[in-house]
Amino acid sequence: MEIPYTVTARPDTGLWNAKVGIWLFLASEVMLFGGLFSAYVFLRLDADPGAWPHGLLNVPVGTMNTAILIASSVTVVMAWASLKMRKFRAYWWYMLVTILCGVIFLAVKLVYEWPQKFDHFGAFIKKDKLEKYEKYLGNHHLAEKGLAPRTEVSGHLHNKEALHDESVKEYEIAMDPVNADPTNPAMDRPHFLYVPPTDKIATIEKEDVEYANMFLPKHSAYFASYFTITGLHGAHVLGGVIVFTYLWLPVGTKLYKRNPEHLANRVEVAGLFWHFVDLVWIFVFPLFYLL
Amino acid sequence: MSLKGFHIVFITLSTVLALGAGAWCLWIDSMHGTPAFRVGAIGSFVAALGLISYGIWFYRKMKRLRIIT
Repeated sequence: MEIPYTVTARPDTGLWNAKVGIWLFLASEVMLFGGLFSAYVFLRLDADPGAWPHGLLNVPVGTMNTAILIASSVTVVMAWASLKMRKFRAYWWYMLVTILCGVIFLAVKLVYEWPQKFDHFGAFIKKDKLEKYEKYLGNHHLAEKGLAPRTEVSGHLHNKEALHDESVKEYEIAMDPVNADPTNPAMDRPHFLYVPPTDKIATIEKEDVEYANMFLPKHSAYFASYFTITGLHGAHVLGGVIVFTYLWLPVGTKLYKRNPEHLANRVEVAGLFWHFVDLVWIFVFPLFYLL
Repeated sequence: MSLKGFHIVFITLSTVLALGAGAWCLWIDSMHGTPAFRVGAIGSFVAALGLISYGIWFYRKMKRLRIIT
C-alpha cells in the first residue's frame, strides 16, 4: 500500500505529511524549552544579591558558536534550494558544510567549554567564617563600594582527594584572580572571558565550608540550569547532525535519483528542525552569556 | 510555514540579537572602559548589517526563483 501525501501536498490542507508532523513536534519542543527557560528566569530572579554568577562564561567563544549556528542555517537553506533547482552537487556541498558546522559547535562545547568547568572548583564559606577568609573575599572593600559580598573561594583544586577523603581536612585551591586579588577594582566587575586560575594557593579548612564542589550541575542552581539547557540543546544539535549525515550519505543520492522532490521534502523538514534548534541558541546566548 | 518563511524569521531574530549584542558591548564598555568590547560592538553592528543585506538578498532570490512551498 502506498502512503499518500509524502511528496505532494494534500489538496484541502496544502500540507504533506511530514510537514504536519514536524510542526507538531516543534510545538512540543517549544513547551519543553519554554519551561526550562522560565525555570531559569525565576531561579535567577529569586537568587540572593550577588549569589548568581554573572560574566562567568566566555563571551567570544559563545559568539563564535552563535555565528557557526547562524551560518549553518544559511547553508541548510541553500542545500534545500539547490535540491529544488535540481543541483545535486551544490546540495551535497552545502549539506557537508552544515554537518561540519554542527560538529564544530559540539566540539567547542564538549572539548573546550564544558571540561573547563568540570576542572573548576568552588567552596562556599560559612557565614560566621567569612571574616577568617577576608583576604580571599575582600568583603570590606565590597561593602565600601556598596557591592554584594562574596562567599565563594574558587579556582583549581590541587588536592582532589579532599572531595571524597574525609581524613583530608583542607582544600588547597589555586585561586581565581577574583580571590587572589580581591580588592583590585578590576575584580569588582564580571569579565565575560576565561581568566585562568593564578598560582596563589588558598588553604580552606573543610569545617569552615558550607558547601564545596566542582563546577558541575550539583554545584548550584546556575550550573544545574546551564548544563541542563545547553546539554539538551547539544543533544538536539547532535540529532540534527545525525539526520543530515543520513541524508548526505548515498541513501540520499539513491532517493534523489528515485524522486528528487521526496529528498527535498525530507531536507526541508530536517531544516525546519535545525532552524528551531538554532533559534533556541539565539535565546540561550544572551540569557547565559550576556545578561 | 515553509523553510523559506522560517528562515526569514530566523534571520530577523538573528539580526535583533546582533543589534542587541552590539548595544550590550557599548553598555559594558561605557561602564568598565574595556576597548575589547568597543571592537565587539563594531563587529556586532557589522554582523547585523550583513544579516539584513543577506535577508533582503535571500527574499528577492526566493521570490525570483519561486521556491515557495
